[in-house]
Amino acid sequence: MFEQVFQWILKWLPEAVHPYVMPILVIGIVLQVNLGVCSYLILLERKLSAWMQDRHGPNRVGPMGLFQPIADMLKLLLKEDVIPGHVNKFLFVLAPGISVFTTFLAFAVVPFGPVPDRLTPGDGKFPFIIAPGIDLGIVFIFAIGSLAVYGIILGGWASNNKYSALGCLRASAQVVSYEIPLGMSVVGLAMLNSTMSIEKILLNQANQGLIGWNIWYQPLACVIFFIAAMAEAQRLPFDLAECEQELIGGWHTEYSAMKWGLFFLAEYTHVITISFLTSILFFGGWHFPVIAEADSAYAGATAVKVFVLLTKVFAVIILIQMLRWTIPRFRFDQLMSLAWLGLIPLATINVVLVMFVKQFELSPLWLFPLSIATFVIAGLMATQSSRPFARRGAAAVEQAHGGHHAHAH
Amino acid sequence: MPINAKDVDWVEEPPMNFWEATFLPAVVDGLRATGHHVTHFQPVTQMYPEVASDLPKHYRGVHRLNRDDAGRVKCVACMMCATACPARCIDIVAQEAPKDDPKWVDRDKFPKSFVIDELKCIYCGMCEEACPVDAIEMTHIYDLTGMTRQEMLFDKEKLLSVFDQTKDCGLDPVRTHKGKLGPASDFEQLPTLGPATQVRGDDRSAKSTTPGVIK
Repeated sequence: MFEQVFQWILKWLPEAVHPYVMPILVIGIVLQVNLGVCSYLILLERKLSAWMQDRHGPNRVGPMGLFQPIADMLKLLLKEDVIPGHVNKFLFVLAPGISVFTTFLAFAVVPFGPVPDRLTPGDGKFPFIIAPGIDLGIVFIFAIGSLAVYGIILGGWASNNKYSALGCLRASAQVVSYEIPLGMSVVGLAMLNSTMSIEKILLNQANQGLIGWNIWYQPLACVIFFIAAMAEAQRLPFDLAECEQELIGGWHTEYSAMKWGLFFLAEYTHVITISFLTSILFFGGWHFPVIAEADSAYAGATAVKVFVLLTKVFAVIILIQMLRWTIPRFRFDQLMSLAWLGLIPLATINVVLVMFVKQFELSPLWLFPLSIATFVIAGLMATQSSRPFARRGAAAVEQAHGGHHAHAH
Repeated sequence: MPINAKDVDWVEEPPMNFWEATFLPAVVDGLRATGHHVTHFQPVTQMYPEVASDLPKHYRGVHRLNRDDAGRVKCVACMMCATACPARCIDIVAQEAPKDDPKWVDRDKFPKSFVIDELKCIYCGMCEEACPVDAIEMTHIYDLTGMTRQEMLFDKEKLLSVFDQTKDCGLDPVRTHKGKLGPASDFEQLPTLGPATQVRGDDRSAKSTTPGVIK
């Protein structure tokens, strides 16, 4: 059906542009769907937070407030777009663009359905990925993801405002710190699957069935990846860069109307991307026992696979949103010590464990108990090292007492 | 001067146990708590414009000027309310009652004009307290709007019409009649008013003779 329509469209176009039709179509669909989904995710988040706090949430525009995103979007478009006089105009306008551009670019290598094998541009198969066949998908996402912080840094710096400056400094420190556990957590995954391509990692899991899901081999990496990815996306409890109580709005203090909206859009697109990555890398992507196996070929199997993947992604997004309204924000030193004292050593140990298993050709299922054991040992170590503040205080008192006695004698 | 280390009380943080140190059980606990609110959704929001909220019986809304049994304005223009008013929003011009008119034979003065600026008023109820003849009272009406400031200056006619509107609707009954003394002298009978919000059972105000709220 889709293929016939596609071939019919191609007939009307000159031969030279045929390879570009499908990518443009996919990009158009992804962009539009993403915009719509983002605005409704914002509504969902507002509703969810309201329900958690025994409120109703937005309920005035349309039935149950369902048209609220339209009203919000209209408001953002029609508001006065203030560019304060004291900013660096070029960078100030550029920053939201960089944020949105990089987050959308990262989505290019994320498959959102079963990617067909042997794709050629122009054969009319819907590719379910913007850029198929990129063998370093994970590296690409992390490279682009760390570029996204430039939007924040430039925006904060160009605003010429101390709150923005503090916010963007925090953001850069945070993103630089959490890049490391984020990257380390998937190194084990890449070694296990012998590939960096997201599509191939997904296919590997699907071909092995439920037991092939990477969560059984890399539970610790999954937790580390999820935490680090949330920190990368500046989501609560890691949104120190924009914490309203201290920094007004952080790096987007001076932004208004659609430029602010673009920052927000970028943040939500980031959330969608990391939800896709979590479900694809660790939870089997579109694979689900019985209904969506690698060799399911019944009519509508593709639609079911897309549905399964989107359901998993939706579950992750809900979890992220619930976490936002459950956990209070970290203090900055806690944030840093979580990354440098917690996640990075654990991720490194995880990589070493994978190397160990690969080297001695043990069953990869060994990684499950080994990961749990690592986590337990880390917890035990944390109980021993807690209360640094109290100890510092006790030491100071002891020291003062000792000095006093020495003087008296 | 630096603080002597001996004077400093160090408050010890409670030591973390194993599960707390791993953080994840605490996160799951928190998620369960917030999730419970979602699944057992009991909103506390008052849906105000659709559903009017319950008011305490002593709610202080827009003023009214009471009429006596003969339909005359009860106010005797004594200026007590204007004097008591902390916001100085009451403006009264007194006039001598026409002695030859049989309708006014028992009165010395009445207000020629009586204007309350409802925008200045802080709804403290001092005028009500001060009034010796229970002429000025506050009603339960709270949704008060106007297009201009001028509109919100309520004159005598408007305040009397508020009385006409509210005297029969049951929420603000006429409490005193001609010939009876005001409630200030009738302390034994004066009911204490019910609490505006929930109070503990052992609280004195919970034993009010008229507990509850205006529906």
